[in-house]
Amino acid sequence: MKHTISVLVENEFGVLARVSGLFSGRGFNIESLSVAPTLDPDTSRMTIVTRGDDRVLEQVNKQLHKLISTIKVVDFTGEDYVERELALIKVTAEAESRAEVLRIVDIFRAKIVDVTPKSYTVEMTGAPDKIDAVLELLAPMGIKEIVRSGPVVIGRGAKGVAGN
Amino acid sequence: MKLTGSQILLESLRLEGVEKVFGYPGGAVINIYDDLFDSPIQHVLTRHEQAAVHAADGYARTTGEVGVVIATSGPGATNTVTGIATAYMDSIPMVIITGQVPTALIGNDAFQEADMCGITRPCTKHNYLVQDIRDLPRMIKEAFYIARSGRPGPVLIDLPKDIQVATMIFSYPETVKLRGYKPTVTGNERQIGKAAQMMLKAKRPVLYVGGGACLADVSPELLKLAELLKAPVTTTLMAMAAFPGDHPLALGMLGMHGTYFANMSVTECDLLVAIGARFDDRVTGRIEAFAKKAKIIQFDIDPTSIRKNVRVDLPVVGDLKKVLGSLLEQLQDHPREVAAQVEQTTGWRQEIAGWKEKQPMTYKSSKTVIKPQYVIEKISELTDDDAIITTEVGQHQMWAAQFFRFRQPRTFLTSGGLGTMGYGLPAALGAQIAFPQRQVIDISGDGSFQMNSQELATLVQYRLPVKIAILNNNFLGMVRQWQQLFFDRRYSQTCMELPIDFVKLAEAYGATGLRTDKVEDVESVIRKALETDGPVLMEFKVSREENVLPMVPAGKGIHEMVLAS
Repeated sequence: MKHTISVLVENEFGVLARVSGLFSGRGFNIESLSVAPTLDPDTSRMTIVTRGDDRVLEQVNKQLHKLISTIKVVDFTGEDYVERELALIKVTAEAESRAEVLRIVDIFRAKIVDVTPKSYTVEMTGAPDKIDAVLELLAPMGIKEIVRSGPVVIGRGAKGVAGN
Repeated sequence: MKLTGSQILLESLRLEGVEKVFGYPGGAVINIYDDLFDSPIQHVLTRHEQAAVHAADGYARTTGEVGVVIATSGPGATNTVTGIATAYMDSIPMVIITGQVPTALIGNDAFQEADMCGITRPCTKHNYLVQDIRDLPRMIKEAFYIARSGRPGPVLIDLPKDIQVATMIFSYPETVKLRGYKPTVTGNERQIGKAAQMMLKAKRPVLYVGGGACLADVSPELLKLAELLKAPVTTTLMAMAAFPGDHPLALGMLGMHGTYFANMSVTECDLLVAIGARFDDRVTGRIEAFAKKAKIIQFDIDPTSIRKNVRVDLPVVGDLKKVLGSLLEQLQDHPREVAAQVEQTTGWRQEIAGWKEKQPMTYKSSKTVIKPQYVIEKISELTDDDAIITTEVGQHQMWAAQFFRFRQPRTFLTSGGLGTMGYGLPAALGAQIAFPQRQVIDISGDGSFQMNSQELATLVQYRLPVKIAILNNNFLGMVRQWQQLFFDRRYSQTCMELPIDFVKLAEAYGATGLRTDKVEDVESVIRKALETDGPVLMEFKVSREENVLPMVPAGKGIHEMVLAS
């Protein structure tokens, strides 16, 4: 089962290696990982998407906790949360396909952020499955390049995760 | 007054109460070694950095203090890795200081550069690369705190040469502020209450004690608990000395080479109480068959140990000293239930006594050839109650666990988790540095001994009266045993064909060497060694193809043992 975990860590030398090394060293799966500092420059927040059964996930959570540099671990599975991912997609756009790309971009409320006579670069934000959907529609036009950020998540409601 | 980084290091060590360090000098730590000249800290020079770490480990295991090591950058630092991994697997508190090339050169493949933070990340509890001298006092303070608190472990500080010579006004922090590290010390009272209830209801309880009990110094509590409930106690290799081996409730070791009655008790029990034990694969055998009929209570300081390998019905996270203290209080509040519990478990103890009688821990003795088990029995008989025993890894290690009767805590030092050959001699060295007056004996094999035999020089230099008993079968015995049992006697690369003259080797270093191949001389050789000043190496030519039994073959449940008879 897929789990999305937020990890607050000390923003210090080697912390990314500690977290990623923990996953590889213990044979845990890591599907995506994104990291950036929080409002407090001493703290970074990682969002990790992983897969595993309950026993594996219990170990993932505990092992992450055990790292000295880890301040907090939140597994969002079963919680109410907002999940967003950013994708930049360079798609072939010539003659007849230019209008079709624009239509798809419009339907998904994406944006064109770079234009050449032969291509559009599309910026798309949304839940990962929405990005999958737009990619499926754009694929027939010819996708030259794609960059995905991996998802980030935040809990719904007024309460924030303490520590940032 | 401004101090240099290396002065700050030594002053901080002094403030942490460090009296002895183990190490080996080199270019990247030459400033530290210069300042050591003027420091009250005693430095012990081993002949290899790996040995320095094992020595500090032996020092830590016997004293309970943090063991400290200094090594130079590059090869000096990489030589420490096996020692660090050994300490990590057995949760031993250590601080390892490695020199590093100057910060400006890091990443340039400079001379004697190795990325020690990268290399030791998976085998340290935490590690630091000091990039600014202003961080140094805090990092040292944190390193000692992390090493000795919670589940203990080794912490490495990688200290670049330019930081060692930089200066600042020194003040040592009084407290540690670590947002992400707050070990749970006090156990949950309600959980402990539930544990007490389960223990009062059990009809066939077993206490399964691991290395955590040694680290937490709970031997007195353990004895009290066992005697209060008259509950049988089995110990892992790491905890052989945590409970007196000659106690009527002692079942000895469990697992792959455990006693018949310990393994049967665990298989047939209805309540297994794990105390600082982590259900290692050498203990459980085939996991599905392990303690199948039992409910499991697990007391441990490390939440990751809980439910890692087996299902646990009741976990209690906390420091064993506090948790067992509180458990005993709760049990003592119910004297009538305790008496009833002792009563209702009588049958269980009789059943275990029956197993003990049917299959005692024994071996086939001989009048013509020295049996390795016999040597260990004799050492056990002739040494003081507080003698410290170290081992290397292999058959002799298992026989030591099976046939030595440990009487006091912190007297058995062995590499249980990593299984490091070459551990025993340097660990004995460290233990003897900690306790110059006590008997320290390294029980060794001819294979393991040769992995760190250079430390004979250190023993002689520091006049450390360590006694070494080599059970020489001219084989890598444990691997040979597996080859005999599971590979059709194809002894691939396990025959140590070149006979070493160990007596001459000892004498070359200035130590005493004794040898015998006669059963009737074993006792006199041991007596003579114990009476001789200074280090003594005893070589016993033992029966070559003796096997360690009982044995649970890989993939079998622990009740499916190959027995001695």
